[in-house]
Amino acid sequence: MTAEALGVWLGAGFTLCILSFLYKDNPFYKFAEHVFVGISAGYGVALQFHNVFLPNLWRPLIAGNLVMIVPLILGMFLFARFSARVSWLSRWSIGLLIGIYSGIAIIGFGSGDLVAQIHGNLLPLWGGDYLTSFNNWILCLGLIACLVYFFFSREHKGSFGFVARVGIYFLMISFGASFGYTVMSRMSLLIGRFYYLYGDWLHILPQ
Amino acid sequence: MKKLLEFINNLDRRWIFLFIGLAVSLPLFFPLGIDFTVSHPVQGFYDTIEKVPNGSKILMSCDYDPGSLPELYPMTVAALEQMFRKDLKVIVTCLWPAGPPVVERALNHMAFEYKKEKGIDFVNLGFKEGREVVMVSMGASIPNTFPTDYNGTPVTQIQIMQGVTNFKDLAMIVNISAGYPGTKEWVQQVQARYNIDLVSGCTAVSAPEFYPYYQTGQLKGLLGGMKGAAEYEKLVGVMGLGTRGMDAQSVSHLTVFFFILIGNLAYFVLRALKGKEVK
Repeated sequence: MTAEALGVWLGAGFTLCILSFLYKDNPFYKFAEHVFVGISAGYGVALQFHNVFLPNLWRPLIAGNLVMIVPLILGMFLFARFSARVSWLSRWSIGLLIGIYSGIAIIGFGSGDLVAQIHGNLLPLWGGDYLTSFNNWILCLGLIACLVYFFFSREHKGSFGFVARVGIYFLMISFGASFGYTVMSRMSLLIGRFYYLYGDWLHILPQ
Repeated sequence: MKKLLEFINNLDRRWIFLFIGLAVSLPLFFPLGIDFTVSHPVQGFYDTIEKVPNGSKILMSCDYDPGSLPELYPMTVAALEQMFRKDLKVIVTCLWPAGPPVVERALNHMAFEYKKEKGIDFVNLGFKEGREVVMVSMGASIPNTFPTDYNGTPVTQIQIMQGVTNFKDLAMIVNISAGYPGTKEWVQQVQARYNIDLVSGCTAVSAPEFYPYYQTGQLKGLLGGMKGAAEYEKLVGVMGLGTRGMDAQSVSHLTVFFFILIGNLAYFVLRALKGKEVK
């Protein structure tokens, strides 16, 4: 048996172990689950070591780049959490990480989402073809109704409550669409697995 | 009648699993050939790549792992097919740790088909940890962010990377995304800042989140899940897993729809019957 064929057999075996959970929980499922978790964790640690620690810190440091001592120390501070006496040191590293990621995320969200999406909803409600105008009306009314629903400083009563209720319907439709896409996604994964079992493993699929 | 409704109401979910299994399996053996049309977002994806002048350099960020293979691998292969056919130079990056081996397989397969050379027509720069930070860093310098390719060759020695400093040297970005980091981050960190054309192929789960980006023009095209892959394959003219899975997809959806329908019918009729009995 070649290494490739062995890989296919292993893949098929583990797939069946995982699928057996659909009947009920059993040792085969647990075995496959534990193997997967273990391999994923091991792969992750090895990858981070070779892909992050060695090229970004260790190699530059031993090549004489002394600035790298700063991230080395900050990285070591993170392990200070294991000792109650010096755990406060880890806050410096965590603070730096949160600061950098927050800065990047806020700028990205502001320019990519907030401004662009508000701009994208400034749509002409009249003029152009009827279908586009109709779509623009739906979009603007849905947007306003959903925003009203999420406005909690006033009780949802009367005409305000009516608009909020319309907002709920828009939200429900969007949740339905999301659920439909989720079903499609999960079915795709199942189709992919069945293709593997019938095609790559058993070779019984028609060409 | 009541007994039947109660049986449906208390149906063991394993029966549903069995029916779904059959609904997925049977069309794989006996294809139905259900036709489908190409939607605007998919057409946009295809047209955006088609408009790029032949020989241009394109960045393809494959941000997924084997967990999303059935949905995203067909898109990757079809996109490479279209790009290699146009003689575009493809620079591949990955922001998901288990992504590079998957993309390497697709690249080698398509390179063999189109007789493309590694390092000249395409390069796999591999994975880099850092998520959004990597994107921002690539905006300053791609060679500094990815000093070597997936096999450890310095980018300074790779022909396709000559003259590539940052996003300004690329014609567009193709992102194949399974989640975070992925399309949302590419839009926020790169498209919004550098105003570069961006198209996305994503899992069906995340597609509804990205439609607003398509509506605003931040994404020039969007492939959502296996259905998007199938439509795209139709445009490119290939028969991949996306197209072959469409029958199974349709039949399984009908099965889910059927169970939702009879489940709700049984529930409401039983509730009405119980209401009458109480009166």
